[in-house]
Amino acid sequence: MNRYLPFVIVAVVALATIGSGAMLYRAKRPHVSSIPEDKTLSAKSGAESPHIRGNPEAPVTLEEYGDFQCPPCGMFATFLGQLEKEYDSHLRVVFRNFPLTMHEHAREAALAAEAAGLQGRFWEMHDVLYREQETWSKAPNVRELFESYAGTIGLDLEKFKKDMDGEQARARVEADRQRGESLGIQITPTVFINNQPLDPKDKNPEGIRAEINAALEKKPQA
Amino acid sequence: MTVSRFRTIIYIVAAIVSLAGLADATYLTVQALTGETLGCGGSPDCFKVLGSAYARVAGFPVASFGVLGYFSVFGFATFALFGYARARMLLILTVGAMFLGTLWLLYVQAFLLHAYCRYCLFSAATTFLLAGLVIALPPGRDRSVS
Repeated sequence: MNRYLPFVIVAVVALATIGSGAMLYRAKRPHVSSIPEDKTLSAKSGAESPHIRGNPEAPVTLEEYGDFQCPPCGMFATFLGQLEKEYDSHLRVVFRNFPLTMHEHAREAALAAEAAGLQGRFWEMHDVLYREQETWSKAPNVRELFESYAGTIGLDLEKFKKDMDGEQARARVEADRQRGESLGIQITPTVFINNQPLDPKDKNPEGIRAEINAALEKKPQA
Repeated sequence: MTVSRFRTIIYIVAAIVSLAGLADATYLTVQALTGETLGCGGSPDCFKVLGSAYARVAGFPVASFGVLGYFSVFGFATFALFGYARARMLLILTVGAMFLGTLWLLYVQAFLLHAYCRYCLFSAATTFLLAGLVIALPPGRDRSVS
């Protein structure tokens, strides 16, 4: 009996490890669904026009759900800049707000971006917020910093302040968040390429480029 | 306490400690496979470490090597406990390799990434404890079964 006992113990531990790992994987695997037909950019569902950068007729759409206070989103924003240059008119980028409650100033940052958007400067504020993320994330007076960024990108400051507290910006952030939740998003950044969620294994520069190239091969026109 | 009894206790403690390391490494591997370590919202902010290029080797999460390492330590400690002659040497070699790997990973966190992940630190502590246990093993041959 003693002769076989160590084999039995080791086998039991191996099975327990594989089993618990598989169960954990199933529980933690993101269940993000594809963007349904009635919610795609071309669906004209009556929702507000999203924030789009790049060629509006581009064959590939990269849609990001992001949180301005999330460091990986900040890193992704830098990478996104490179992608936009690389793919030029073949790629359009869409940004949706998904401020996480774990980040103290994320919602306010999203409101600042939307308030800037009401003056046609969403992307300028988007870029400043990510570029200065480390500064404002730790600041006690984020509002003052956001206002200084608004001044830097040439916004009407009084309108910006009013819009940040206004219903329009709030409703827009909320609509994006609800849309994200309806798709099963829990983590930022979550990326869709031509309405298909990016597989976790492809969540790296090579994987994203490969997905964009595959989407381009499917839709070579543009 | 006899040398043989002391050795037995060390093998049992090593097996238990390796199970703790195995659980930690399994959790980290699953996190890496689900992509959770590359974003915000799912786990504590370990993304600086676990989302870095150093967290993968040849496309595999570093944590998956930890799973193999801790499982091997558990296996060798168990077999050594039951008197298998070669298990002791394999246990020492495996823990030695894991110790060196841990030193490298601590260097990466401290000097290259300037960030620490609590799960990685737990794993480092586990490996150091295993190294201490292996060092404390009394010299001499275990009674042999095979």
